[in-house]
Amino acid sequence: MTGLRLIPTREAAPAVQLDGVGVAYRGRTVLRDVTGGFAAGSLTAVVGPNGAGKSTLLKAIADLVPLAAGRVTRALPRHAMAYLAQQSSIERGFPLSVLDCVCLGFWPAARIWHRVSRAQREAACDALAAVGLGDVLDRPVGTLSAGQFQRMLFVRVQLQDARFILLDEPFNAVDAATTEALLRTVADWHAEGRTVVAVLHDHAQVRQWFPQTLLLAHAPVAWGPTAEVLCDENLRHVGQLADAWHDRAA
Amino acid sequence: MSLYDWAVAPFADFVFMRRALAATLALALGSAPLGVLLTLRRMSLVGDALAHAVLPGVAVGFLLAGLSLPALSLGGFIAGVVVVLGAAWVSRFTDLKEDASFAAGYLIALAVGVLLISSHGTQLDLLHILFGNILGVDRDGLVLVAGVASVTLLAMAVLYRAFLLESFDPGYLRSMSGAGGVYQVVFLLLVVANLVAAFQVMGTLMAVGLMMLPAVSARLWHAMLPAQLLNAAAQAVVAGYAGLLVSFHADLPSGPVIVMCSGALYAVSLLFAPQGWRGNRRRAAMPPL
Repeated sequence: MTGLRLIPTREAAPAVQLDGVGVAYRGRTVLRDVTGGFAAGSLTAVVGPNGAGKSTLLKAIADLVPLAAGRVTRALPRHAMAYLAQQSSIERGFPLSVLDCVCLGFWPAARIWHRVSRAQREAACDALAAVGLGDVLDRPVGTLSAGQFQRMLFVRVQLQDARFILLDEPFNAVDAATTEALLRTVADWHAEGRTVVAVLHDHAQVRQWFPQTLLLAHAPVAWGPTAEVLCDENLRHVGQLADAWHDRAA
Repeated sequence: MSLYDWAVAPFADFVFMRRALAATLALALGSAPLGVLLTLRRMSLVGDALAHAVLPGVAVGFLLAGLSLPALSLGGFIAGVVVVLGAAWVSRFTDLKEDASFAAGYLIALAVGVLLISSHGTQLDLLHILFGNILGVDRDGLVLVAGVASVTLLAMAVLYRAFLLESFDPGYLRSMSGAGGVYQVVFLLLVVANLVAAFQVMGTLMAVGLMMLPAVSARLWHAMLPAQLLNAAAQAVVAGYAGLLVSFHADLPSGPVIVMCSGALYAVSLLFAPQGWRGNRRRAAMPPL
């Protein structure tokens, strides 16, 4: 051990590190023993059966649920994280214009009482125009289709300029063309060095776009490069785990 | 009887009517916009529950100090806060949802309040507390109502963005700001304060009427929140003014009459507003694109 050892560059400090994280809802364990880190600049898909705790994991990272066990260490301040909830948890019929909605992304910059500046407003208009929403700026958000709505929320994340982005089933109820466009946006964020974690169902999509995958069935089954994680053996194992879990709950 | 005699003279001739008018207008401006935000959070019934929850506190104030406004108001406010916190606790630590726990809380509170007042006061006291008494608005009452309305409008102006985001996408707000839950509590405290301020004019049973009915109607007229807030306040102002006049001329309790006037505006909105029956029929009749 006389020579210098090079520290591998890929071992950058994780943007978020989880140690033995567990979450319970009303006495039922939803998530347990999650240990691992999301490297800064990584692009990770979270997959697993329904009810496997995927959404809960994102909420634990975003500090939206109390932890029953373990701890989450974040290298970034809270406002540098963007959390995009499932569409079903957002009030679609809210009387808010598309432009005002995306301007909420300026929250970390404008905080609670500063006004949104003219330059910010223009940036918001440009960003909306870039995703084909330039002519619905003044429409209520409730008049948008599911695909337009999701594009709008992606613009909001973009304006927030977050370093760490959490997306919970972002492509549900979104048509193929929009999904493709949004996946390109995600790839752009990755290229800009942002850390992205997305809950997804479509394995083909994950294989094509996401270098890292976390396979979850209440606890991590596998976590690493997508090709290794999404192998038949792991997926079969997850199916059995999910069945066993449901039997126990029943 | 000229229009002046009917519509202006009662306020010109009687101090108590002027006070009642000022109090009602202040209430309308503060509580109707709060009502819009409550309906947006699908918490319409929570306003109702809180209004009833105020009663036992008012009753305890009444037992300790008689018909003294500070005692009644303070008692009502404390009771409202207890129910807000209690409902939050129940929905967090048991299997009951928030609306169910509010419903349970207010039924118990209403029963306790009516029992307390009827066992220690007169029927007239009970009627005044439940349904309001415009004769009862004195100078202190006016200051209380105006103060609550001012604080409410100021808080809404300063916290507008937070209240909006908390209703629209609470997960997003909480992910960016650790204080998400605080805004919810501040909002509910404003609701309680407005209900307490309203009870002298409207009565505890009717206080929520001026908050919710204009709010529900306003949503039928406009697609955007700022317009809805203004419309709700305007409808509440009109209903308050008309209600006081009818109550004066027909010698009826003010609270129910004001709520009836809001109800009339609601009926008109249901029929004629763009998002009401006629608007929907017109849209349905349009040829498909």
